[in-house]
Amino acid sequence: MKSFKYLAMTTMVGSALFLAACGDEGETETNGSNGDNNTASEETLEGQVRGDGSSTVAPIMEAIVEEYAGVQPNVQVSSGVSGTGGGFEKFIAGETDFSNASRPIKDEEASALEEAGVDYTELEIGFDGLSVVVSQDNDWVDHLTVEELKAMWVEDGTEKTWADIREGWPEETIEYYSPGTDSGTYDYWNEVILEDEDIVRSATLSEDDNVLVQGVVGSPNAIGYFGYAYYLENQDTLKVVPIDGGEGPVEPTNETIESGEYAPLSRPLFTYVSNASIQENEAAADFITFAIENAGDLAEAVGYVRAPQELYNEDMEKIEELKQ
Amino acid sequence: MNYINHEQVAAKTKSRLIKNNILKGLFLAATMFGLIVLAILLFRIVTQGSEYLSFDFFTRFASRIPENSGIKSAFLGSIYLMLVVAPVSMFLGVGTAIYLEEYAKKNKMTDFIRINISNLAGVPSVVFGLLGLTIFVRYFGLGISILAAGLTMSLLILPVIIVASQEAIRAVPGELREASFAMGATKWQTILRVVLPTAIPGVLTGSILALSRAIGETAPLVVIGIPTILMFTPNSLLSTFTALPMQIFDWTKRPQVAFHDVAAAGIIVLMTLLIIMNSIAVFIRNKYQKRF
Repeated sequence: MKSFKYLAMTTMVGSALFLAACGDEGETETNGSNGDNNTASEETLEGQVRGDGSSTVAPIMEAIVEEYAGVQPNVQVSSGVSGTGGGFEKFIAGETDFSNASRPIKDEEASALEEAGVDYTELEIGFDGLSVVVSQDNDWVDHLTVEELKAMWVEDGTEKTWADIREGWPEETIEYYSPGTDSGTYDYWNEVILEDEDIVRSATLSEDDNVLVQGVVGSPNAIGYFGYAYYLENQDTLKVVPIDGGEGPVEPTNETIESGEYAPLSRPLFTYVSNASIQENEAAADFITFAIENAGDLAEAVGYVRAPQELYNEDMEKIEELKQ
Repeated sequence: MNYINHEQVAAKTKSRLIKNNILKGLFLAATMFGLIVLAILLFRIVTQGSEYLSFDFFTRFASRIPENSGIKSAFLGSIYLMLVVAPVSMFLGVGTAIYLEEYAKKNKMTDFIRINISNLAGVPSVVFGLLGLTIFVRYFGLGISILAAGLTMSLLILPVIIVASQEAIRAVPGELREASFAMGATKWQTILRVVLPTAIPGVLTGSILALSRAIGETAPLVVIGIPTILMFTPNSLLSTFTALPMQIFDWTKRPQVAFHDVAAAGIIVLMTLLIIMNSIAVFIRNKYQKRF
């Protein structure tokens, strides 16, 4: 039994030393990102800023948090990926300072916020183009109109083939791949294409966009949609479908998405900030200012599209007003 | 008199031997299936992730650039989480086991408690996540902190520790206790000086295996809403943090293939951690556990 006690002691002392070593390192080392971005404020701040929300917006937010840690290493910013709806739930509960969203806030969320006494401000931090994609083995689709997309995706009780959508296309059953109903991407699609009607029952829904990519790549009869970043990363294996919103087919590119020419599937990405946080939490105000200043560049760095500069300017004005 | 009909035996031997061999092959195939799947998984993970695995991987925070990504906050977060889970779950688990095995009378109430502990072990981890979110995060106002997540994880693995500790305590022979009582020791003295020292290798083995489950569990953390974007190390029990499984989960969902490789590197770290913990458990069991 003595040898056992010895083992237990060494394990405990050893782990204590190991953790102490880790702790020291954590305090002395600063984040190794470059500091050549514009600093929102020169003084060193301390504090906590918490956020959550859309997983679509997460890569942009991660880039912003990463750069901000290089500027203000003592401000602890964290952000989760609970989805747009899940993020708002925490925002309403007052657990977060900002909430990322890949769609505008819904009426019921806005009234819940009002009830909870949370005043908020909507900020645009980037643009995304919902990309409609088919397999590269699909050689018949050259473009789709919004009406055709709706006819294709709305449940009408029948099993649809490509020939039902446009004459001359093969009589093969269409396979559908769509983001899950919890995502803001689905909500946006529901609003613009489905117009609140039911999505086809045979659609494969997944919260993981990589699953959708695999599904569409795997079948010539498949069609799917997801954020522009996922198309960009997989453009060698996927074929993007130009969309005709009434003024001729437009393919999603950085330019067409930013200008809004890629309508109606070009969508803004938001973060909603609590007014109280901006006014009372200096760190939060500083972080949000930094976010607006750098969102455009960082959005492009992670495969999204910058919002038009006017929108960033408007965002900045709103924040400046709040700070006073 | 001829007890054995040699002709009949000879005629049947061949088919019996064939049957034996077929079944042997079948069971071997069943064993190999799991092993082969594991080998393929390991091979894929190691070939994908080894490129990103380096010392710097442990000292850097997550990044938008895959090459600069690291698991500093996630790794430390997981360790701090264990610092909460280990003492809380072991104290509660071993305490419950001692009560049930040593003090509780054998009546309907005790049986009821026992059955419910077994039931608790079968509750899906997502449900524990919801419980943690409602009780620890919101009701007790602990926020999304190490403490709240640690308490949730403790509840999750509590049944496993209780059952393992009960088994270990039950395995201590009655004669040892009786000898102790005969010397005039009280119940508590007997438990402290006789029962626990004998049972502790079994208790530790069970606890370490339970802890290794807690370290790999993702669902409760997702439900609680542990952030994944976080560029600082926790400085108190009430700090926000992120954990290894969450970070891996986040990376695998990224569009860039390079991030999937970073996730693989994270998986290697997590699996190494699990293998080390499990080996310690096996080592303690083999070296210290007494058989009576």
